[in-house]
Amino acid sequence: MSKSLEADVKKICKACGNDRTRMMDIVRSVQEQCGCVSGEAMDLIAREVSCHRVEVESVVSFYAFLSTRPKGKVVIRLCDDVIDEMKGSDQVAAALKTELGIDFGETTADGAITLEHTPCIGMCDQAPAAMVNDEVVTYLSGDAARSMVRSLREHMDPKKLVGRFGDGNNGHDLVRSMVHNNIRQSGEVVLAPLAEGAALKNALAMSPAEVIRDVKTARLRGRGGAGFPTGMKWEFTRNAPGTQRYVLCNADEGEPGTFKDRVILTERPDVLIEGMTIAGYAIGSDTGVLYLRAEYAYLRSFLEQALHDRRNKGLLGKDICGKKGFNFDIRIQMGAGAYICGEETSLISSVEGLRGDPKNRPPFPAQKGLHQCPTTVNNVETFCCVSRILEKGPGWFAQMGSKGSPGTKVLSISGDCHRPGVYEVPFGIKLSDVLKLCGAEDAAAVQVGGPSGTMVSPAEFGRTICYDDLATGGSVMVFGPKRNLLKVVRKFLEFFIEESCGYCTPCRVGNVLLLERLNRILDGRGEPSDLPYLERLGQTIKTAARCGLGQTSPNPVLTTLKSFRSAYESLVKEAPDGLQPSFDIGAALGDAKTITGRESVHF
Amino acid sequence: MSETITFTIDGKEVSAQPGQTIMQAADAAGIYIPRLCAFEGLVPHGSCRVCTVMVNGRAQAACTQPVADGIVVENDTEKLLAIRRDIIEMLFVEGNHYCMFCEKSGNCELQALAYRFGIAAPKYPYLFPKREIDATHPDIFIDRNRCVLCGRCVRASRDVDGKGVFEFVGRGPQKRVAVNAEANLADTDLKTSDKAVEVCPVGAILRKRVGYAVPVGRRRYDHKPIGSDIEQAASKK
Amino acid sequence: MAKAKVATTSLCGCFGCHMSLLDIDDRILKLVELVDFNKSPINDIKEFTERCTVGLIEGGCCNEENVRVLRDFRKHCDILISVGDCATMGGIPAMRNTIPLKECLDEAYLNGPTVHNPSGQIPNDPEIPLLLNRVYPCHEVVKIDYHLPGCPPSADTLWEALVALLTDKPVALPYELIKYD
Repeated sequence: MSKSLEADVKKICKACGNDRTRMMDIVRSVQEQCGCVSGEAMDLIAREVSCHRVEVESVVSFYAFLSTRPKGKVVIRLCDDVIDEMKGSDQVAAALKTELGIDFGETTADGAITLEHTPCIGMCDQAPAAMVNDEVVTYLSGDAARSMVRSLREHMDPKKLVGRFGDGNNGHDLVRSMVHNNIRQSGEVVLAPLAEGAALKNALAMSPAEVIRDVKTARLRGRGGAGFPTGMKWEFTRNAPGTQRYVLCNADEGEPGTFKDRVILTERPDVLIEGMTIAGYAIGSDTGVLYLRAEYAYLRSFLEQALHDRRNKGLLGKDICGKKGFNFDIRIQMGAGAYICGEETSLISSVEGLRGDPKNRPPFPAQKGLHQCPTTVNNVETFCCVSRILEKGPGWFAQMGSKGSPGTKVLSISGDCHRPGVYEVPFGIKLSDVLKLCGAEDAAAVQVGGPSGTMVSPAEFGRTICYDDLATGGSVMVFGPKRNLLKVVRKFLEFFIEESCGYCTPCRVGNVLLLERLNRILDGRGEPSDLPYLERLGQTIKTAARCGLGQTSPNPVLTTLKSFRSAYESLVKEAPDGLQPSFDIGAALGDAKTITGRESVHF
Repeated sequence: MSETITFTIDGKEVSAQPGQTIMQAADAAGIYIPRLCAFEGLVPHGSCRVCTVMVNGRAQAACTQPVADGIVVENDTEKLLAIRRDIIEMLFVEGNHYCMFCEKSGNCELQALAYRFGIAAPKYPYLFPKREIDATHPDIFIDRNRCVLCGRCVRASRDVDGKGVFEFVGRGPQKRVAVNAEANLADTDLKTSDKAVEVCPVGAILRKRVGYAVPVGRRRYDHKPIGSDIEQAASKK
Repeated sequence: MAKAKVATTSLCGCFGCHMSLLDIDDRILKLVELVDFNKSPINDIKEFTERCTVGLIEGGCCNEENVRVLRDFRKHCDILISVGDCATMGGIPAMRNTIPLKECLDEAYLNGPTVHNPSGQIPNDPEIPLLLNRVYPCHEVVKIDYHLPGCPPSADTLWEALVALLTDKPVALPYELIKYD
């Protein structure tokens, strides 16, 4: 056993208090320090935090950014979501492969650079994009990729790849990133500036119950997409028995096509932190956790600084704003590449240092969440709304938007439109108006709400963005007339298969089966009976899956079968003579022909 | 004496104690809800979803869902039977289930569920995954071709045996049961007497040198469908 | 009434299912009253001479010849039945499905611990049908109307199913007749 590894692991575990629940931080640090979490390292970690080795393995093997085998000093993760593909990520991929002389999933012979694919990294408005270790590179092209590799070979320092900084705080000393905000339309709620502490002071002048009442009066609903009333969630959390309570912020923005939280975190961290602090006051919690997706690691120091500044100003920490006994602080928990952790109970599992498996409900997090304590989990944008409600009053907030969906919504718009970026719009806005705003009047289809949402056809562009019609966590992906929607659907299914935790049967197996049948259809080997087959399978997954991921994973198939059925129908045909068109005798004999050097006598 | 909860399953009134799951209450009432990952004495897992029932119109796993006064539970409906059938078929195509030479055949709960549902062949294509077998242990072997990822061994080893020999690793279709060692079952402290060995519903974890101990015709599910014991208990009442 | 025509074949199977069919004991006399066998190893008729009501398929498809025969059955039979686990899910031959074909052949003819093959050659006579890349259940190659699982399906299972089909009754097998072993 290598002495230095032992010393490193011991030190890392000790810094985390040899606390098994801090497993995410431990394995992330070990990987950062030692290049991977090797078998030896897992044994050591298990010994230090008193758990079984296989428990460490279960965590490490769950998260895409963690590895048990050594990777290159620099890992290039090219985003392979559908928008990036539309914007030319294939050329970037080809350039990277040629320039590095390796395929995806491989490391250069000198152990310097590893090449991988990764699902949406929240940069669809500046695609194609990639992560180079924690740095983000955007607006890539084949040429840009080649010169990137060449300069990496020279200095091996991803930070030096950033030439010109993006706008706003992307140029901040602690960010120094080439990412752009692309804020195309600010609203009054989320993206407007906030006088520091104004909302918090108003809140602290009231009782916690009154704060909750205001949030309820504003009729604020969760901005992650599901739309649960925030005030009610807080009330449940506050009233649940227990002495310790937690406020969790879900900044694990992973729904493909969503990037608005990235912009909020970059430009309005104070509005968010203030909202979390108000939540802490309202539910009676002294601890908040900001769960930041690994893809946004480049924002970590900046956010740490924002927290630090607020502590210095008495807006966070002990006796906040001079209010005796109101203590609340926030720590940042980094994720490690798992879309499922955006599901609130998975997020809790991850913060507890476990695999990001969703938990059984009931009990709900409000009753028993983090470490079995009452916990509220809210979206980044929801906390921002809270700040504004406490600043300007619930009446002011509630009169915006539509009846069932008060306030504004920050949309992330990408794809075939002239002005991709972030738009804060009032709820109740027609999709057709959204398309006008972003310059996508010739859209042939729009995916609202990410892969788990709805594929909307032009006939339905009069529908509105709100909880009662087209609910969305923010993702709006536009597809022009030349796009093959079934290939988009395939991409979405591949995403769900990659990101399924594998806990329940319908999601783990069902999506693989959906993809198999869709591929058949795309290969021109489909039959009319495949359509009802897909529908039944999709319904079974939707009904029986255990969590939101599984329950929405068939949506790409089901909503396109409904709104774009002709796209399927044009590809399938009745099989003649009772044969199975899916059986390809040529392909089935390929291996044998190569091995024997003979041709078939029958086919 | 705690208060009694009453609710209905397919219109039949059922009484239960607070804290019970729908499955526990149904069992006591002689109503069989098909299941695979659930096992008496182990913490409910809610992963196989075979026990999916409708509770006030919403799909829930009966093994994890607590009873509540006045809830309306649907169990034996065409829609739910179709869903369960789909799930059972998924488990068959997901792994490599060669019943003809499996020592568990006749006593296998997955097979028994398929028999109960009258499944002659799954409608889904077989996926033929490559899975690992671990026969390093002197007395026990794991054949992951047959594993249905129910987590019974994980829970039993952790909670009953107090050992933590098994744990899930990987995710999605790559999810599998791993052992608490660098590689092999032989390097763990698993014993044949462990609960974790006993609870496997399929032939994935088996004791060596047992073979086909019970002749065909006298095995657990040769004549009576799985769940008959629960249903018969009710008819005797 | 004209007797129904029945054809049978064993593709990538062991003839165990055919044995099970012969295992119906004295009911075989009744069967002869009900049906005439056309193409079948039972009477050694090699090719179809007329259209059949029922085709019984034992075994899955492991080579091109199996595919040809199976398609021929589909062409000549009104009702096709997958008989046994091999026809239904590939059976024991399908254990090779997780291993590339080349590796299978190398193991069987070159590297296996019991191999005696001084020529070091893998048989490659033109008479040997080409192997498929994997073993396919029959319903993945042609449409199959009924499945009778089992290894083999019991004589009772075969009898019940056949009689039901030939007397225009629904094939509804009781609990004890659906078995996978």
